[in-house]
Amino acid sequence: MADLWTGTIWPVAVITFYILLIAVPLMLAMAYLTYAERKIIGAMQLRQGPMTVGPYGLLQPIADGVKLFFKETVIPTGANKIVFVMAPMVTFVLALVGWAVIPFGPGLVLADINVGILYLLAISSLGVYGIIMAGWASNSRYAFLGALRSAAQMISYEIAIGLIIINVLITAGSLNLSQIVLAQAGMWYIIPHFPMFMIFMVAILAETNRHPFDLPEDEATLVTGYNVEYSSMTFALFFLGEYMNMILMSAIAVILFLGGWLPPFNIFPFTLIPGPIWFILKVCLVLFCFIWARATLPRYRYDQLMRLGWKILLPFSLLWVVLTSGFLVYFDMLPR
Amino acid sequence: MIALDRVARSFLWQELITGFGLTLKYMFKRKVTLNYPFEKGPLSPRFRGEHALRRYPNGEERCIACKLCEAVCPAQAITIESEPRPDGSRRTTRYDIDMTKCIYCGFCEEACPVDAIVEGPNFEFAAETREELFYNKEKLLANGDRWEREIAQNLAADAPYR
Repeated sequence: MADLWTGTIWPVAVITFYILLIAVPLMLAMAYLTYAERKIIGAMQLRQGPMTVGPYGLLQPIADGVKLFFKETVIPTGANKIVFVMAPMVTFVLALVGWAVIPFGPGLVLADINVGILYLLAISSLGVYGIIMAGWASNSRYAFLGALRSAAQMISYEIAIGLIIINVLITAGSLNLSQIVLAQAGMWYIIPHFPMFMIFMVAILAETNRHPFDLPEDEATLVTGYNVEYSSMTFALFFLGEYMNMILMSAIAVILFLGGWLPPFNIFPFTLIPGPIWFILKVCLVLFCFIWARATLPRYRYDQLMRLGWKILLPFSLLWVVLTSGFLVYFDMLPR
Repeated sequence: MIALDRVARSFLWQELITGFGLTLKYMFKRKVTLNYPFEKGPLSPRFRGEHALRRYPNGEERCIACKLCEAVCPAQAITIESEPRPDGSRRTTRYDIDMTKCIYCGFCEEACPVDAIVEGPNFEFAAETREELFYNKEKLLANGDRWEREIAQNLAADAPYR
């Protein structure tokens, strides 16, 4: 009995507590990301954004959540019910699962595995499944077309992301995310790999189906894309998944290029602030760029999107891999 | 050289950065939002809102049942019936405006020789049923009593231009 307690129940309870410690603030952050998005885009369009629910509209995300929760879940007659209901869950769970390997501070990571970055790459690739399942199970042309677009787009840009990650890996010499952050103690990788950082930002916009690459949700041609037939909580899960993916991708960008939890300068006033706070601040900065891009840029045409991904970003990041590795080998700076 | 210039501009994201700069600049500008139910915009004295039938200061209704408004109304929203009172003055027995037909053109107030029917400054008279928008004489006179101060001010402000 004691063995069962110390061997199984207690570790499971501890890990569940840690998971909740990450997941609950994350949900809250995601809810308020929608609020921030509406406020920022509003400000950029000389509007105020939500103002009525609570002071400065601060309770708006909660009101939205309650509204979605109380709506009816409509399942179309032609839909494959099991897959239809599973698809949003898959999207949402995959968006959450990636956080297992994200280091919030020195040692503050749920699973400090040595192939963290490969794990993240795998999880973000799996994200396509939720969308494809949704598009297929809806039995609707618009949804299916949106899902196909999304799949093609995510796969195309994942290749560029993969090559960009290779650049960081050969510079850092590790696949462990904490090690990658620590390797940036001298200089954040945004400085030597600046073009890669910019391409990474473009690629994660496409990867998360955000503006200006939100073709899977193109209202003008697809109504709303893969989630046309969804309502109520099933829709909310897609919505949450999309925003959670945004936060996850921002966190990856911060870890790979912006020095994770490290302060910008390792001197007195900056080291006063604890690492997780720096991490959150940097993630917020990247998220602001997401929203900023949405407020600024018009949507790409689909062929332009594919051209950008395959003919510009991919060759350029490949070239940069060659340059980086050549530089590192020539000056004998390869990490050991 | 021109081609090189163009390539350099596109690789340095010149247009993108200009655009991003513009949106960032606008983010800090003063917002033009009017929080409508709590804040309201200015209205012209000539604003044509909800109708009202006015009274003289002694409480006698102004309308003399000349039916000019009924005649001029392009939407035919006004219905008037009248008969002489015991004291010999001609007054309406029925004065209905179908607010769902009315196009708020203001011809009725233009036509009125005694400033009886006017369109007041109130535009917040939305109702939940259609029937509530079929105004009768009592409703219009009540409106007149309620909005008399604002209507009188507006008429005085607009008088020099008439």
